[in-house]
Amino acid sequence: MRHVFLDHQSSTPVLPEVFDAMKPFFMEAFGNPSSLHQHGLRVRDAMKKARQQMAALINADSEEEIFFTSDGTESSNLAIKGVAYANERKGKHLVVSATEHPSVMQSVEFLEKQGWTCTRVSVDPEGLINLEELKAAITPQTVLVAVHHVNHDIGTIEPIVEVGRICAEKNVPLYVDCEASAGWLPVDVKQFGAALVSFSPHRFYGPKGVGVLYRNKKARIVSIMHGGVQEGGRRAGTENVPAIVGGGVAAEIALREMPTRIEHTATLQKRLWDGLKTNIKFIKLNGPEPGPMRVSTNLNLSTEFIEGEGQLLLCDMSGIAVASGSSCVSKSLKISHVLGAIGLDHALAQGNIIMSLGKGNTADDIDYVVEAFGKIVVKLRGMSPMWDEFERGVIDSVINPTGRGKSFSQHAADISGKAAH
Amino acid sequence: MSDTYTLYNQTVMDHFMNPRNMGDVKDADGIGEVGAAACGDIMKISLKIKDGRIEDARFKTFGCGSAIASSSMATELIKGRTIAEAMNFSNQEVVDALGGLPPVKIHCSVLAEEALKAALEDYVKKHPELAAQINKSEPVAV
Repeated sequence: MRHVFLDHQSSTPVLPEVFDAMKPFFMEAFGNPSSLHQHGLRVRDAMKKARQQMAALINADSEEEIFFTSDGTESSNLAIKGVAYANERKGKHLVVSATEHPSVMQSVEFLEKQGWTCTRVSVDPEGLINLEELKAAITPQTVLVAVHHVNHDIGTIEPIVEVGRICAEKNVPLYVDCEASAGWLPVDVKQFGAALVSFSPHRFYGPKGVGVLYRNKKARIVSIMHGGVQEGGRRAGTENVPAIVGGGVAAEIALREMPTRIEHTATLQKRLWDGLKTNIKFIKLNGPEPGPMRVSTNLNLSTEFIEGEGQLLLCDMSGIAVASGSSCVSKSLKISHVLGAIGLDHALAQGNIIMSLGKGNTADDIDYVVEAFGKIVVKLRGMSPMWDEFERGVIDSVINPTGRGKSFSQHAADISGKAAH
Repeated sequence: MSDTYTLYNQTVMDHFMNPRNMGDVKDADGIGEVGAAACGDIMKISLKIKDGRIEDARFKTFGCGSAIASSSMATELIKGRTIAEAMNFSNQEVVDALGGLPPVKIHCSVLAEEALKAALEDYVKKHPELAAQINKSEPVAV
């Protein structure tokens, strides 16, 4: 059986060059970078190089603006809470887009329980932030605006330069979560006007266990992890040296190979979406069409009348690794909040699958996926009472309404006694 | 990868990959369709009832792997039972027969129980003379 990994947004394999660079830092150069002897100093130099490599990836002026954390979630927590706590005297108001990553949304909710307030700015059906609403949301008490570069679910590229301009006019620091974009799209902290930027090397062929937070020297931030004076006092705790060194190499390679990676994934993205929409009826692409508004690695699909977890499991049994934002896949039984924020019908959100491409995927892989996915859809529709009821005219399609029958969501609400939302 | 790892146990995966009794009973005597308010899954069970016993049971499910496996197992379990026996059917039987479900997926087995009971209610509604006997939990003979 062919194996096709189409979940590169969850993680990527470590490159051989990255792994080689990491190896000496387990047994040979095992020192703690805070130590003042040879063992520590050697490691400290290696970390400085990694900081420079990270800085180069996002066009930061100096490696001193790079902090290492454990992962993307910790970087988000530090950016949001660190800035909020550092600026309490100025105000206790935050502005975020409605489709931020859970690590941003949950950090904000945590602060709200402690007396901060937050405005969640809406997005349009393709996931693009409403800039007028953003502008209006910023008050003199606003201490931070958080808008991600690329959405982790639907691949929308946000108008970050415009967002940065608004924040600069209002003199409020901007935090840009670049987890879904760094290594796959140019990230330029200066062009963005970003005070803070986060990203994770494991999304671009580096190891897990390291996250990066860029902080412009002018932005005030306090530590949320207390202990020793590592990372300029902004993040206590011994650094994960092998991961940091490997992450730096991954960043350097990502910067060098970026045009090739973009071209390769964009070609496959188009081939995959063209194949799927030709092969399968009642399938919808969530987020912008492949092109300048969408990251080249992501396709977010809703296949009508069937549920996402079943699609995911059958894909897995066909050797295809994908993700889903369906309620059945989430431990909370809720659909992805991103799909809710773009106003996607609940039934379509439930039929959700996310396919994310990488540099190792081939055109043959894509053709295999198109064929296998078509069979999976047929199998699951054969089991679905909704498909049967659609064919009998009891319910209608949301994607291509035929003007007969009631909506799927209405039908679901009728038989479950209350609305599915 | 040489090993295969599964999200659910082998029994659940088997019932998901090779569902038993999938489809609709022809000229069904009772049909139940229910939806889960929690997640949005929808399950439909149709029954053929003869001489007070469930002769055939089939399902269609819009839902996750464990919802499909639960409806497959539920239809397997209830075939041959009397209406009164089926009225006392519990989701726990499905969970046990499947060798357990993850805690977050127990509601899938509840949905299977509800779909079955909705199908039985549909049957009883068409046969009001049976209602008294069923309430006494006695075997029902037609």
